[in-house]
Amino acid sequence: MELTSSTEHGLQIVTVQEPRIDAAVALAFKDRMRDTTEGGIDTVVLDLNHVQFIDSSGLGAIVAAMKNLAPDRKLILAGLTPTVDKVFRLTRMDSVFGVFPTVEAALTKLRA
Amino acid sequence: MPELLPFAVSLKGTENAVRDGLAQAMACLAPLHLNTDDAGTVELVLAEALNNVVEHALASTPELTAIEIRGSHGADGLHITVIDCGAPMPDGTAPLAKTPNLDVETHDMPEGGFGWYLIHTLATDVKYSRVGAANHLSLQLPVGV
Repeated sequence: MELTSSTEHGLQIVTVQEPRIDAAVALAFKDRMRDTTEGGIDTVVLDLNHVQFIDSSGLGAIVAAMKNLAPDRKLILAGLTPTVDKVFRLTRMDSVFGVFPTVEAALTKLRA
Repeated sequence: MPELLPFAVSLKGTENAVRDGLAQAMACLAPLHLNTDDAGTVELVLAEALNNVVEHALASTPELTAIEIRGSHGADGLHITVIDCGAPMPDGTAPLAKTPNLDVETHDMPEGGFGWYLIHTLATDVKYSRVGAANHLSLQLPVGV
């Protein structure tokens, strides 16, 4: 499970460099998210533009990551591909997270 | 209507094998030329069905037991049956679609329980039966019609 991280305008951007977040890697994703965001203070933007598929285990792992950052830090989602977007919409989890079409859109909004 | 011959895919009952099994099943559907939305629907429902088998029915015997996916296509869409020889459903039927309760504090936000909800939301018909020592989960998906 490869995640890369950068900081821009007081936001930590974590990009998932994998095509799937499914049951096989959900636990690894949770662990890597914890390691990658540990000790920071910024809002985290999770860039999912490389992720083509997510199942309910992957969704649960993203929720776990959000809970791990709370209450001091927020988790924002960006770059949802069609099937990933479908999972968030059907479960109404899109109403729990801030969801942006791209990282750029998230940065513009969050800086404003 | 596109022509799809009935197909069967066999996989081991582990999380990693589910990935390969899904890829094989999706490759079998190539003749239907599903659009991204419909292909996503099929892959998602099938993934949740297979994950359930691995996590519950085969929880104690994952390496020993195989799962079979059978598929066929007709005027009303795609018919998929997932077969395993693991433990039966606890109350003899497929769990119902429980809408996840998101009206809670952040620390109580659900991290699971979405699987059957997604299956029931996306499939038009969901039937479970115990046939001898096997579980049969039949799913109908309104795609490729």
